[in-house]
Amino acid sequence: MIARQRHRADEARYAAPWVGGYRRYDLVKEFVVALGVMLLLTVGLAIAFSSPDHKAISLRDWATAAPNDFVVTAVAELDGTSGTATYGAPYADDPSAGQKLGPVPLQRYGGVREPVDTARDFVLAPLGTVTGDADLTSALSQYNAASTDQQQNWATAYGDALDKAPDNDPGKVPDGDYGPVPVLTGKLLDLARSGGLDGQLLSSGGFYQTDYTRPLLFLADGSYLEDQARAEHLGGDQWGMMNETGSYPGQAWLWLYTFWYQVPPFSSSDNADALVWALMMVLSLVLILVPFIPGLRSLPRHLGVHRLIWRDHYRTHRPPPR
Amino acid sequence: MSAPTGNRMWTARLRNRAVAALPPEQLLPDRQPAYVSSWIYVFGVLTLAALLIVLTSGAVLALEGPQWYHGSPVGHFVNSLHLWSVELFFFTMVIHLWGKFFMAAWRGKRALTWVTGAVAFLGSIATAFTGYLVQSNFDSQWISTQAKDGLNSVGVGAWFNVLNYGQMLLFHVVLFPLVLGVLVVWHVLLVRRRGVVPPFADREQADPEPEPGAPQPSTVEVGS
Repeated sequence: MIARQRHRADEARYAAPWVGGYRRYDLVKEFVVALGVMLLLTVGLAIAFSSPDHKAISLRDWATAAPNDFVVTAVAELDGTSGTATYGAPYADDPSAGQKLGPVPLQRYGGVREPVDTARDFVLAPLGTVTGDADLTSALSQYNAASTDQQQNWATAYGDALDKAPDNDPGKVPDGDYGPVPVLTGKLLDLARSGGLDGQLLSSGGFYQTDYTRPLLFLADGSYLEDQARAEHLGGDQWGMMNETGSYPGQAWLWLYTFWYQVPPFSSSDNADALVWALMMVLSLVLILVPFIPGLRSLPRHLGVHRLIWRDHYRTHRPPPR
Repeated sequence: MSAPTGNRMWTARLRNRAVAALPPEQLLPDRQPAYVSSWIYVFGVLTLAALLIVLTSGAVLALEGPQWYHGSPVGHFVNSLHLWSVELFFFTMVIHLWGKFFMAAWRGKRALTWVTGAVAFLGSIATAFTGYLVQSNFDSQWISTQAKDGLNSVGVGAWFNVLNYGQMLLFHVVLFPLVLGVLVVWHVLLVRRRGVVPPFADREQADPEPEPGAPQPSTVEVGS
């Protein structure tokens, strides 16, 4: 009770009109000078260091530079083992998938609002638009006519064989019961190399396109994008997305968010994103509510940095005891 | 039919309330309490100056369209101005934030000033983040495919879809700057209304002692 009364008395005292001395202070002049200084600094830094603009990777680039990785990814989209296929909400309805915060499946609560069928959307539908290729037409017919189990068996067998092949090279896969899967993934590789797949994955039925969800998901399912990112020190365990390509400060203000991913238990948790986000929400709330949190709101008085800030004032006024 | 007179109109009442809350001499005073004498006070206005450069360089980028800076040296330079003004904006804002923390600047009914500033800081992070997503280069691809996991993990990824370029572009150039602008204006008006927080005083002293020879104000100008 005494602490509360003392807090109220302090609040009234600090809210009261200042009855001490004043000094001239031209706020407009201060702003103009500040603007000039910041403008000079901005122009100087822009001239000296420019800005990064590492070209985006197209599906064509990926298929050309890392064809084996592309084919492995395409097979994973067909047999349902890719990152997107096993992601859960918001891309697929899978009760066993998705991150949880303790017992709470927050990810699942969001619902499937961006449905993606990886086999259909990333492989079969784009191939279905290709005309004049008898081998492809035949392979598609055979695949579509087969049962779901048969399709799965073909894709799984081919995926296993690719894993065992040197460099995952489709050309070094031994003969096996893969059905039409090698033809389908080979034709998808051809389509991607021609640049046709970039447009196919982007298309959502309209002329104008602004949503890159599908091509980015497909690209991220492969290893090529991450390999390029790691080469640019952008991996998740390299303080990830707060950095940017080249030697630039990036989003340094995300350091605390990125920090948690580097340390246990977050660094080894399957629910790391949910845990880190929950923690950052709590910390953000604490930051906003500092004035209302007893103890924390009194901390600056005890830290004593204010004595340095107001050292001129305290030359003539008695500072408070710590 | 006679026109409604003076103070009966709600617009007049609104104006009177606004002027009463923020009289011109308080909105743009020509003096400050003597304790406002430290370099730390400069970082608030430096943050505002950097924000103005961020908005101006961003507006030039918007005028020419999102692909301009990839192929034009002038566009690339304007993009560099935008990037570095953002870096300076955050640098000065973080120092301003720490300075205000060490001053416990929420004292004396100034809690809302702190709250609006803290929310503006978090809103700035969201705005800058969407800026990185709409660069339409490799950084955008990598950051978006990584960041989606965080947003999806708490169930908001479909509404804040970092892979949807169109949505992120509109978030970055319209929605977030609008919210941030309101917060910053609100924050600055609160600073002017409540005044700059006074130094910690010794509780045994009844009132802050005026400095020897300092002029005594006849009317309340700040801190009311």
